[in-house]
Amino acid sequence: MGVLEGKVAFVTGAARGQGRSHAVRLAQEGADIIAIDIAAQIDTVPYPMSTPDDLAETARQVEALDRRIFTRQADVRDKDALQAAFDAGVAELGPVDIVAANAGIAPMSLTPQYQEWTDVIAVNLTGVYHTVEVAAPSMIERGTGGAIVLTSSTAGLTGIGGNTPGGIGYTAAKHGVVGLMRAYANYLAPYSIRVNTVHPTGVNTPMVVNEVMQQFLQADPAMGQAMANALPVELVEPVDISNAIVWLVSDAARYVTGVTLPVDAGFVNKR
Amino acid sequence: MAGRVEGKVAFITGAARGQGRSHALRLAQEGADIIAVDLLEDIPGAPYHGATEADLAETVRQVEALDRRIVASKADVRDFGGLKKAVDDGVAQLGRLDIISANAGISTQMAPTDELDEDMWQNMIDTNLTGVWHTVKAGLPHIKAGGRGGSIILTSSEAGIRGYGNIAHYVSAKHGVVGLMRTLAIELAPLSIRVNSIHPTQVDTDMIQNSATYDLFTGKQGSTKEEFAAASQAVIALPIPWVEPVDISNAVLWLASDEARFVTGVPLPVDGGNYLI
Repeated sequence: MGVLEGKVAFVTGAARGQGRSHAVRLAQEGADIIAIDIAAQIDTVPYPMSTPDDLAETARQVEALDRRIFTRQADVRDKDALQAAFDAGVAELGPVDIVAANAGIAPMSLTPQYQEWTDVIAVNLTGVYHTVEVAAPSMIERGTGGAIVLTSSTAGLTGIGGNTPGGIGYTAAKHGVVGLMRAYANYLAPYSIRVNTVHPTGVNTPMVVNEVMQQFLQADPAMGQAMANALPVELVEPVDISNAIVWLVSDAARYVTGVTLPVDAGFVNKR
Repeated sequence: MAGRVEGKVAFITGAARGQGRSHALRLAQEGADIIAVDLLEDIPGAPYHGATEADLAETVRQVEALDRRIVASKADVRDFGGLKKAVDDGVAQLGRLDIISANAGISTQMAPTDELDEDMWQNMIDTNLTGVWHTVKAGLPHIKAGGRGGSIILTSSEAGIRGYGNIAHYVSAKHGVVGLMRTLAIELAPLSIRVNSIHPTQVDTDMIQNSATYDLFTGKQGSTKEEFAAASQAVIALPIPWVEPVDISNAVLWLASDEARFVTGVPLPVDGGNYLI
C-alpha cells in the first residue's frame, strides 16, 4: 500500500519534466492527481514549452498506475482560470490534501529583454502565490490538515542566475518563494497544513537541457563553474525531486514544516 | 518488497533507548543490520538517569524480533579508542558499513553562561561535539573501504540553528555539529558519501521529560509536565507540544535511503515549525 493512499494532489506544470514526475510518483504512492499546465508557449521563453500532447501523456502514465487524474490547461498567472481548474478537479476527484506548486519558466536568453523579468516574476512567484491561494481555503475548511510543497531552486538560496532580466528575475522569484513558504507555514500551521520548499540543482528536464540554456551557461564561464555540484553528478533526475516531495507530503514528515530542503548534490553547501 | 535500506549496515550511537533505539528499529524495519553502542552510565549533572544494560538489551531484542542482525556494545563517544573497537568489531561481524547515525547526546546543567561550571562545559563539548567527530572518525574508514558511497546523519538540534538562554554549552556543541557536517559534506562528496544534520525540536524522551527541562522552558521552579507542554507548544508552529522519536527516525531513514541520493550538506529541521517562530 502506498504512503499516500486515498489522497488527492494538485500539481502545476504537470505536463512534463519535474511536474509529470511528481504526478507519476505521487500516483505510485496511491494519490489521485489534479494536473494543471499552461501547455502553450510564452514569448520570452527561448525553449519549446509543453504541449497538450505532453499533458495527455502525463494522464496516460497516471492512469496506467490505475489512479485517477483530472487534467486542465491553465496558466498559473491567471488566478481565476486556475481556481476554475482547481474547482473542477475537486468536483471530479474530491478534496485536495497535497499541493505541488511546480510550474516555472527560465527565460534566460542571449538577447535579453525587460519582458523576461515581468514574465518570470508572474509565473515563478505570483503563479506560486495563486496556486496556494486557490487550494488553501478548501484545505482549511475541510480541517484534516495537508501538505504543500513549493518548488524553489538553488537560485532561491544563492545569488546565481546571471545578469539578465530573466536571470535576475528567476533568482528573485525563487527567493520570493521562500518568503511565501515561511509566511504560509506560519499562517497554516494551526490547521496542521505544512508548507515547505524544495531547492533543486540542475535537473534533467527540457527547461535545462536545451540549446539556448547551454549557450547561456557557456557564454559566462564563471557561471558554468559556479553551477558545478559537489557530488559527482552533473544533473539530478526529476524523480529525485519527486522523492523529496513524496517524503515531505507523507506522514513520515508529519512534523516537518517551514523547511527549505535542497536536493542539490551539495551545491549550496559547497559555495 | 525490499526495504529502503535493505542489505545495508548502520552504526548508531546512543542506541540503548530514546531516539537512538527508534533509529535502530526504523532502519532495521527497512532491512538494515545495526551496530549499536551506548554509554550505559549516569551522566554527571544530567537531570535524568543514563541508559542501562537492560535498555540496550531491549534494543537488541527488538531489532532481532525484526529478523535483522545487531552487534551491541558499551562504548563512550568521548573515548575514541573504545568507540573504534566497537565499530571495528561490528563491521567484522556484519561485513560492511553504509550508514552512520551520530545520535548520542546529553543535556546537563542549566545556568547562565558565566555561571556554567567548567567541567560541565567541557563534558558537554566532549560528548555532543567531539563525540560526534569520534563517531564519524571511527566509522568512516569502513564506509570508504566499501567504495559504494554512504550516508552520514549527525543529530544536531533546534539549538544547532538558534540560541537558547541558560544552555550555552549545549547550543555551542550543537552549532558545532553543523560546522562538522558542512565540512564533511564537502570532503566526502567526491566519494558519494553524503553528510547531513537533523534538527529536532523537543522530542518525547527522558532527556526532556524531566523537571529541570520543564523549568527551563517555563522559567519557573517546580513546573509540571502540563505546564511544560504548554510552554513547548508555544514555540512550535504546528499544534503539538513535542514530536516523537519515530519522527526523527523517519528523517534519518529518508536521508539514509537512495530516495535522498543527491541530498548532502543539508541541515534538516524536524521541528514542527519551531524555527519559524
